[in-house]
Amino acid sequence: MGHYGYLAMLAFTVVGSFWLELFLKVGVLKQVRRLLLSIAPIAAIFIAWDAFAIAHHHWWFDRAQILGIYGPFRIPLEEYLFFLIIPIAGVLTIEAVKKVRPSLFDRAADRGE
Amino acid sequence: MYTLLTSCALVLAIVLDLYITKSKLILRRGLWVAYAIILPFQLLTNGWLTIRNIVQYNHGEIIGVRLCGAPIEDLGFGFALILLVLTIWWRAAPKK
Repeated sequence: MGHYGYLAMLAFTVVGSFWLELFLKVGVLKQVRRLLLSIAPIAAIFIAWDAFAIAHHHWWFDRAQILGIYGPFRIPLEEYLFFLIIPIAGVLTIEAVKKVRPSLFDRAADRGE
Repeated sequence: MYTLLTSCALVLAIVLDLYITKSKLILRRGLWVAYAIILPFQLLTNGWLTIRNIVQYNHGEIIGVRLCGAPIEDLGFGFALILLVLTIWWRAAPKK
């Protein structure tokens, strides 16, 4: 696995969730603007957190198991990808549930709202 | 510190969801069904990263409870990340 250890986990997440787009036709990946609007501000918060945690040695990464490409704040490329791929996987999952069982998202308390 | 920041992220996610975006996803069963699907994958991927020591934690910064190898904080971290994004996603739905 070597330097691809972290990347393998990201690839697994892509394979494990992106099929929902193809087979359930949830239409998530087409909504690029809406995705960016949802992900960008939150990813920014988590990247700031990551930068803080790395700078203060709350956590660190095994250099032998990452690609060794670093972005700003000494954050590995895989981390940046994490904050993009994990949210998309989450959106695909909730949209898949909504597609199959839309009623699960009704709120009895404010029907008709 | 990781424990404290994770708690803050969870509170922020709940406040955003209930009072700012007003998506109120946490009051909808669908969110929890989706999270029930996500959870095993989250445990698997968090476990992969930690058991293989791809990510290593400063023991002074975590509470010390582990789930499938990963610090319990990771679970909160991932849930907060997903809920924060989903609550905005929900709010930004195209008008029908």
